[in-house]
Amino acid sequence: MNKKLATLALGALMAAGPAMADLVFPSLSYRTGPYAAGGIPFADGYADYFTLLNERDGGIGGVPAKVIECETGYNTEKGVECYESTKGEGALVYQPLSTGITYQLIPKTTADDIPMHTMGYGRTSAKNGKVFSHTFNYPANYWDGASGAINYLLEENGGDLSGKKIALVYHNSAYGKEPIRTLEELSKKHGFELVALPVDHPGQEQKSQWLQIRRDRPDYVLMWGWGVMNQVAIQEAANIRFPMENFIGIWWSGAEHDVMPAGAAADGYKALTFHNVGSDYPLYDDLKKYVVDAGKAAGAGDQVGTVLYNRGLYAAMLAAEAAKKAQEISGKADITGADMRAGMEALEITEEKMAELGLPNFGPAFTVTCENHGGNGMVGVTQWDADTKTWSLISDFKPTDGEVIGALIEEDSAAYAAENNIELRCN
Amino acid sequence: MPDQLIFAMEVFLNGLMAGVLYALVALGFVLIYKASGIFNYAQGVMALFAAMTLVGIMNGQVPFAHLINATFGTHVYTFGWTVPALLAIILTMGVMVLLAWAVQRFVMRHLVGQEPIILFMATIGLAYFLEGVADLMWGSEIKTLDVGLPQGINLWIDETTYNVFGYGFFIDNLDIVATIIAALLVAALVAFSQYTKQGRAMRAVADDHQAALSVGISLNFIWIMVWSVAGFVALVAGIVWGTKSGVQFSLSLIALKALPVLMLGGFTSIPGAIVGGLIIGVGEKLFEFAVGPLVGGATENWFAYVLALIFLVFRPQGLFGEKIIERV
Repeated sequence: MNKKLATLALGALMAAGPAMADLVFPSLSYRTGPYAAGGIPFADGYADYFTLLNERDGGIGGVPAKVIECETGYNTEKGVECYESTKGEGALVYQPLSTGITYQLIPKTTADDIPMHTMGYGRTSAKNGKVFSHTFNYPANYWDGASGAINYLLEENGGDLSGKKIALVYHNSAYGKEPIRTLEELSKKHGFELVALPVDHPGQEQKSQWLQIRRDRPDYVLMWGWGVMNQVAIQEAANIRFPMENFIGIWWSGAEHDVMPAGAAADGYKALTFHNVGSDYPLYDDLKKYVVDAGKAAGAGDQVGTVLYNRGLYAAMLAAEAAKKAQEISGKADITGADMRAGMEALEITEEKMAELGLPNFGPAFTVTCENHGGNGMVGVTQWDADTKTWSLISDFKPTDGEVIGALIEEDSAAYAAENNIELRCN
Repeated sequence: MPDQLIFAMEVFLNGLMAGVLYALVALGFVLIYKASGIFNYAQGVMALFAAMTLVGIMNGQVPFAHLINATFGTHVYTFGWTVPALLAIILTMGVMVLLAWAVQRFVMRHLVGQEPIILFMATIGLAYFLEGVADLMWGSEIKTLDVGLPQGINLWIDETTYNVFGYGFFIDNLDIVATIIAALLVAALVAFSQYTKQGRAMRAVADDHQAALSVGISLNFIWIMVWSVAGFVALVAGIVWGTKSGVQFSLSLIALKALPVLMLGGFTSIPGAIVGGLIIGVGEKLFEFAVGPLVGGATENWFAYVLALIFLVFRPQGLFGEKIIERV
């Protein structure tokens, strides 16, 4: 009897923990709280891609992928708790989905030898792999975003922005302040005037900022917003009749739920991006067949093809490709966090590979190296059509100002290295 | 007239309008505090809950659809009909009355005679509970709310001020409508409390629970009524703010805007909420206009509290609050 009970207990223990062979991808999601509308589609896209790989291909390199979701509520403390409670499960890579959590996890992931991927957010200077060994922010970062916006406006103005006035409406937080330094450098370089207008959290009341915009009449408005700030800003811009085609948001201000509340008035609003939009890709046919129609979609299964769902799916795809690379380098299917880090550092995404994966023209080609953890920093522009309720890519992924951004990254990462006594790698 | 003065006038007017919006939220707090001495932390969440329920009813959404589908393996999300705005508002009000009853029956009734801090903590719990229920009931995606309120610049004011000052003032049509709604709401609340039997009973309870009980006033009924009226005010605030930003979780954070208004106007005065709202609205907007550019902007959130604290130094009970007299 005792033997039977012991066997049952052992069986239950094995069933409760992940199988040794599973490739574990923790998902620090936020399906609740003020930012849930943005967190849900990303988490769904991230989970659905791994479900697809499991259902269609039997996992990655024959090993099933396992997504462990942990709710952070976009709260830094909870995010760190999630990290601590999941890292022992054999975690291969973390996507903290918050700049605040990223900053807390940079030293922890380095100490625990687990890589972290902060795609389009987090600490921009983590692009410098010589200093940040375990943090990756390919394919683009905030400074690429700032430069991408200015490059797009340069194109729109025949290469000359001198004498133009550009306002930056930003979330008054570390995240919102990220582009200011880059934009200041770019304003010196291209001769435009920069006016920075902070909006306090949560951003429900922005009358003062938009009255100032109405008085100052800037030629363009850039926005670094998140959550309710985005919807209110777009509505206020419509209220003062600011031309929507001259209003460009960062990629965290360019989802369907950001523009829908303003209705037809949001027509023409633009947003930066580092991946394509919509669901017109061969991969989505497989997704429908193996995941959605099979009733295995994450959440309610109603987010497929939305901007942030695509971003989550893209993040999962890049993680899966890095895992494949790690398996190739280590020569084993059951990889560790250290192997994954090596895989991420050797990741190369080409258009051929994207087409092979069923995502042609979905994202830019880029290469990750020991020195460069941020890829090539290619940025595109999307525009909202209120009639069809769709986003379209109106400017292809184009290079950003490496000269300005590179210098800022060197400066910031060198300061971090000095503060933390970090010896430079990649020699 | 100098440009800066003209701009300041525009900012002043917009401050008044913003103040009315803050006052709309503050009114709900005042009503409950006045009648029961409870600082209802859940007032902001009630606005969110009311607005989500309204949109859900208007769109014919099945409540708890995700839960039902996950439990029974169904795929039911809507009833397939839509409900006109007015009817949906009435139905939502019915839901808020039910909520008031539930709060009284399951929370407040068990806490009669407890310290105010206990009651306050109960409302914190209620806020978290309601947040969760609202998400579970209607989903956490951002919902567009359109009950027909106009939005955008008021062209008449724009043209008139342009003809007078050579610069057209921006006033949002939604803010004008909100002002009219707030004025009607305050008039209705004052009329209700002054001229109806229930209103007088409410005031009696507010003055002295024991005395009110001794003359046969039902405390349970009065508290359900007060929470229902606060639910109605929350619904109005939810409609106005939800029209501006879409109905989403952040609506619950509008309570943060009401706190300095309450500190300034007093927790027990309906006119205090209005005047406090106007002072905070105008004060923070003018400060941001005049001083904001010198200190990097984003002064409104903290300045509202500084302004309220300055008033508190001179009138601790707020501008219209009841003077606290404690006899030894």
